[in-house]
Amino acid sequence: MRWIQAVFFLLVVRPFLAVVLGVNLRHAERLPQTGPAILAANHNSHLDTLLLMSLYPLAQLHRLRPVAAADYFLKNRVVAWFALNVMHILPLARRPKPGEPPLAHIEAALNAGDILILFPEGSRGEPEKRSELKTGIAHLMEHAPAVPVVPIYLHGLGKALPRGDWLPIPFFADGFVGEALTWQGTRVATMQALEARFRQLEDEGRFDAWQ
Amino acid sequence: MPPNLAAALYGILALLVLGTLIIGLKKWLRPGPGDRELWLRMRSWWVMAGLFILAIAVDRTLSIVFFALVSFLALKEYFSIIPTRRADRRVLFWAYLAIPVQYFWVHDAWFGMFIIFIPVYLFLFIPLKMVIVGETQGFLKAAGTIHWGLMATVFSLSHAAFLLALPDAGNPAAGSAGLLLFLVFLTQFNDVMQFVWGKLAGRRKVIPKVSPGKTVAGFVGGVATTTFVAWLAAPYLTPLTGWEPVAAGLVIGVGGFVGDVTISALKRDLGIKDSGSLIPGHGGILDRVDSLTYTAPLFFHFVYYLHY
Repeated sequence: MRWIQAVFFLLVVRPFLAVVLGVNLRHAERLPQTGPAILAANHNSHLDTLLLMSLYPLAQLHRLRPVAAADYFLKNRVVAWFALNVMHILPLARRPKPGEPPLAHIEAALNAGDILILFPEGSRGEPEKRSELKTGIAHLMEHAPAVPVVPIYLHGLGKALPRGDWLPIPFFADGFVGEALTWQGTRVATMQALEARFRQLEDEGRFDAWQ
Repeated sequence: MPPNLAAALYGILALLVLGTLIIGLKKWLRPGPGDRELWLRMRSWWVMAGLFILAIAVDRTLSIVFFALVSFLALKEYFSIIPTRRADRRVLFWAYLAIPVQYFWVHDAWFGMFIIFIPVYLFLFIPLKMVIVGETQGFLKAAGTIHWGLMATVFSLSHAAFLLALPDAGNPAAGSAGLLLFLVFLTQFNDVMQFVWGKLAGRRKVIPKVSPGKTVAGFVGGVATTTFVAWLAAPYLTPLTGWEPVAAGLVIGVGGFVGDVTISALKRDLGIKDSGSLIPGHGGILDRVDSLTYTAPLFFHFVYYLHY
């Protein structure tokens, strides 16, 4: 199914992002060129994943694995087909059954050298408002302490397509790539370091709140 | 294509080559910290002039589509840098939709509709949509800023495209495309000349509060050079005669300056000081068409009144 993904990004996603939105990416050189790595971004819109995936050349596309909520993306068959085959997601059980290791297949993807796309806020939430980071990412980093996590602050996509709306409106989108960090020894320290990176990137943008 | 128009297009290409050579030479003989920016500027001139020349050379419809696209990019940049309200998302959609409609009137050469569609119908329609949404907090500011953006980036700029809808017979020298080329070339040339004169001789500032880079020498030198070139080029590209080319040059020179500083004032109000990709939400298109938002309607109505 790799060609379906490539064609979809070449003919739909990239022209859409280039013409309808327009992406302004700062510090692109900080993007990891090879896996294993984790891109951790704030989440405002379904467009976030498309934008992050389009930052990589088509030949690399199949290495990118968005980690997405199984209960949301696998609930109906059409969406599930699209999520698994075109977006190539790694489904994550938000409420795992007892006894099942919920991160096993995600760690396997990292071991295979994939680049994960993760939204540590857990959901899109209020558009253009950062919510608290969930500690799930720290659990993952604890299991893969050497894997670099690259924080990416996104702005504008929540205006273009916020949660609960289906009509995209053209707006320029901004992305700020932060410096990579790895496991900091404890979960608390790791979460604090990640939060500090996000705050720094957010300050760099100096965006007004959207009301 | 009329021979004068073809000659002018080749002339512009020659100017681009000359500019590139001068910058290359300067970089080679006297390298300085500003070289990179000059080089980037020159590169965007090639892209923009190249697309513009291509559109004009192919046909009228493609040129109109080109201007519609410029309007879209400028409006998108405007809506991205101004504070908009969440409640107005759908209203902005209708504002964007005005672009294809407005340029359809241009393509249709329906002057009556072209000239009232945004100032009258959208002026009435946008607040209606906002009332239906029902959010009154910040209503006046939102209605005002949305309409200002439409006027500047769609209504004003579409005047440049409407030059192409004028009958070719009105301009035997170079057809309607000759007028468009005259306007766009002189507007951009005026920008460059104001920049060059300001660098060479500028000392006293014109409006330090709005745009500290603008000097009296830059303004006067730019307007004078533009007027002189307008006087030289008018017989080949326009139907203007006698005193008219000089007046057209003054209109473009002064209008271009005012358009430039108007967008500067807007950016200063929003806390965006310099242009370039360092500014969040800034694609740089408004910076390129700021002068044209004034010169296009002013030059259009000047020519339209005198010759059509």
